[in-house]
Amino acid sequence: MVKSILIALLLVPVMAIASNEIKLDTAPVNLYDTISLQRGVRIFVNYCVTCHNAAYMRYNRLQDLGLTEQQIKDNLMFAVAKRVGDTMTVAMDKNDAKDWFGTTPPDLSLIARSRGADWLYTYLRVFYRDNTTHTGWNNVVFPRVGMPHVLHELQGVQVLKTEMQTDALGHKHEVQNLLLEAPGTLTPAQYDMLVADLVNYLVYMADPAKTFRIQLGIYVLFFLAISFVATYMLKKEFWKDVH
Amino acid sequence: MNNKMSALLNWVDERFPLTATLKAHLSEYYAPKNFNFWYYFGSLALLVLVMQIVTGIFLTMNYKPDANLAFASVEYIMRDVSWGWLIRYMHSTGSSMFFVAVYLHMFRAMLYGSYRKPRELLWIFGMLIYLCLMAEAFFGYLLPWGQMSFWGAQVIINLFDAIPLIGPDLALWIRGDYSVSDATLNRFFAYHVIAVPLVLLGLVAAHIIALHEVGSNNPDGIEIKKHKDPKTGIPLDGIPFHPYYTVKDMMGVVVFLFVFSIIMFFIPEMGGYFLEHNNFIPADVLKTPEHIAPLWYFTPFYSILRANTFNFLWVPAKLWGVLLMGLAVIIFFFLPWLDRSLVKSVRYRGQFYKTALTLFTISFIVLGYLGTQPVTEIRTVIAQIGTVIYFLFFFLMPWYTKIDKTKPEPERVRW
Repeated sequence: MVKSILIALLLVPVMAIASNEIKLDTAPVNLYDTISLQRGVRIFVNYCVTCHNAAYMRYNRLQDLGLTEQQIKDNLMFAVAKRVGDTMTVAMDKNDAKDWFGTTPPDLSLIARSRGADWLYTYLRVFYRDNTTHTGWNNVVFPRVGMPHVLHELQGVQVLKTEMQTDALGHKHEVQNLLLEAPGTLTPAQYDMLVADLVNYLVYMADPAKTFRIQLGIYVLFFLAISFVATYMLKKEFWKDVH
Repeated sequence: MNNKMSALLNWVDERFPLTATLKAHLSEYYAPKNFNFWYYFGSLALLVLVMQIVTGIFLTMNYKPDANLAFASVEYIMRDVSWGWLIRYMHSTGSSMFFVAVYLHMFRAMLYGSYRKPRELLWIFGMLIYLCLMAEAFFGYLLPWGQMSFWGAQVIINLFDAIPLIGPDLALWIRGDYSVSDATLNRFFAYHVIAVPLVLLGLVAAHIIALHEVGSNNPDGIEIKKHKDPKTGIPLDGIPFHPYYTVKDMMGVVVFLFVFSIIMFFIPEMGGYFLEHNNFIPADVLKTPEHIAPLWYFTPFYSILRANTFNFLWVPAKLWGVLLMGLAVIIFFFLPWLDRSLVKSVRYRGQFYKTALTLFTISFIVLGYLGTQPVTEIRTVIAQIGTVIYFLFFFLMPWYTKIDKTKPEPERVRW
């Protein structure tokens, strides 16, 4: 009991919604943290690829994350995929999905590029119990979202509490806070970390060549810098006789 | 060996004017010696054109112009084609950098009066290139078949609806369907990869031929052909394009590629300005995005379109917007005849032109920024002020350039 109250207190500042403007939390993305990406893909295939496709992502591309094909086959391929070169697709029928959730769950291959990492990081942490929706869940940054809170066993159950607060000038404001009503199997800090890993993976998946691209870019700039010195000297040499 | 080479060259020259052509356009084309920073952007635009064509050829090898496959084929290029991501980012960064180079190239002409007699036709060819480029960018932007591709095209084609009588039929004819669809994608693909590039290449050739006929302008805006060496007939202030400007432009190319690479390798989306976030969602005819904006290079004109909120003289606001947007582009064609100044270069012009050009530049940039943002009341007012300044720059030009107090031009070019 004491523990859950402490957790609730910790969570109070998570989401304070003063107006329509919702401040997104910064996602701690680090594409060079291979361990985090490996944890992320594990969460992804366990929780997300049950309903969402990542139809542009092939399982064997995960070798980027330091995994072998055998490791990928043994640990990460639960869905319909048969071969390690297959893309991450689900067996769920599109029309069934529409019946169950009101909409087809979007493909997640590029979700980090369209929504942005911060949005995803916030979104996955601000689900709350709401009996007026058909899934029984609602979300602060995506009101009336069709997706239920898949990770609620880990995070626990949050509720949205509305309070009237008086500011320094005496004006009354409606302030909404998320409170953890029933804790999950993870502490809030552990849960944040898990979501961070997942978002990190989503960012990687949205543009898998990114780290290689940056590495290559540095070499290219180095080459161009040297070329500049060469072309600058060449120009100077030729232009010596122009007065 | 040398003998054999020159024999071969002779053999060719007897059948094709190879040496003569190279001489006329490179080693014996005399350009003013005082080109400055602004004179890099012509050759850079040519470089980007070649880059776009080459990367475009490789993209078409894996791209599928089919509404059901287009979006996925772009991601296939990004992920599964060897070096596909590099080619795609080169092409997407290249399209924006093409406009950067062309806008600076055009601004150069406005700084130094490069459109003035005898370069009117050169300027007109240039403007036609600019129009083609806009068409090329517009058609190309539909091809990734993302949300912005789709809704951007929808909005722009719907503008034709505003034209009286033929409008709706014209829009239908452009789309090939009642809404942007597979038919539209197919024809835009054809325009983008063959029709417009062919015209573009022809116009670029005409632009360069016209340039080499009249000779380059320079930051002083005076004609170097007035002072020629009496013996050789070579302009005293001219230097052969090759090797002087080839080596100088090589340096410019390296600096340009440096900037290009920083964007392409580290920030290819350029914060949503070169690749929009919404365009990573496949086109969906049922979901209209909250905020539809064209890419940054069209936004000054888009702002002018949206700034018109008045129904005036029995003409609805939307049609006024479309007309003014069209005029905002077309009016550049008339610059050579609107400008009545005694001098060409901003160096010797008076305060009126300098102030006008500054205000115009600011309004162009402000309109450009506003075009990327959602409409609010205050933004509309600012866009309206910007639109007025934009057009006054042109409409009042015959007057303020004529009464402007100019300084005397020098006889010979200065550095």
